[in-house]
Amino acid sequence: MAYSEEVLDHYENPRNVGKMDDKDENVGTGMVGAPACGDVMRLQIKVSDEGVIEDAKFKTYGCGSAIASSSLVTEWVKGMTLDQAADLKNTTISEELALPPVKIHCSVLAEDAIKAAIDDYRSKKK
Amino acid sequence: MQLEQNFFKLFDLAEDYHLDIHQLSDRYRVLQKETHPDRFAQGSEREQLIAVQYTAHINEALNTLKTPLKRAQYLLKLRGKELCPESSAPMEPMFLMQQMEWRESLEHISKSDDPEAELEALDDEVASTWRQMEKDFIAALSNESELEQAVSTVRKMQFLDKLRHEIEQAEDELLDD
Repeated sequence: MAYSEEVLDHYENPRNVGKMDDKDENVGTGMVGAPACGDVMRLQIKVSDEGVIEDAKFKTYGCGSAIASSSLVTEWVKGMTLDQAADLKNTTISEELALPPVKIHCSVLAEDAIKAAIDDYRSKKK
Repeated sequence: MQLEQNFFKLFDLAEDYHLDIHQLSDRYRVLQKETHPDRFAQGSEREQLIAVQYTAHINEALNTLKTPLKRAQYLLKLRGKELCPESSAPMEPMFLMQQMEWRESLEHISKSDDPEAELEALDDEVASTWRQMEKDFIAALSNESELEQAVSTVRKMQFLDKLRHEIEQAEDELLDD
């Protein structure tokens, strides 16, 4: 099976690495960690007044698969509504990146991170 | 020859996080001699196979007991709390934020004015947090009702253990330059 170069490139050149101002009330920050491997991931979204994700950034200290998973998620969620982004499943990520079974938890981490970012944004808006 | 399965008992040690490292290495040498496959060179194939298995068991025990994090994990395992490697437990936000900050400062240390001093300061800070976690773990482990607390402390120690290895690596790289 061949993978698109675009997907493989998330390993080599992760997209959207960086940080947003977490005090900004249009920014939601999700912070997650995997105790087993000690990986930590921060995923942030900037949401428009219409509830659409305009921008996303991440920083991951962990293995290549965790970095690729979070890079892919930040690309995907741009332009999505919060509900669409909240529906993102780790299996979609792991299939797209062809993660081996031992690395599935990296995609779970990325799913948890986007959910945490959405929760954070929503709790700010309450 | 029957080998004790419990690693602590195998090494005549109390089931405790604190251990006498000399006792560990002394006892290891004795065990190693007793079970060395060379001693069974004249024995049957079965005896030789058993000797090899014993040696593997003793090595695994040594490796588990001498590494602080593995020792803590093993103490939990003896109490029926095996940390599943795939388990993703939600961690406290403050703890994660601290982890993120430490990793960010480590990443930027090589570009700072005095990398050696900054690395040492980071190392001290992380090491003192590690020691506090060791204390928390020991306290929680001694009380059966706090076993979950001990598990959650070991989860935190797993993050710190990795960070400490990365700090060590960074120190090596600094010395090489």
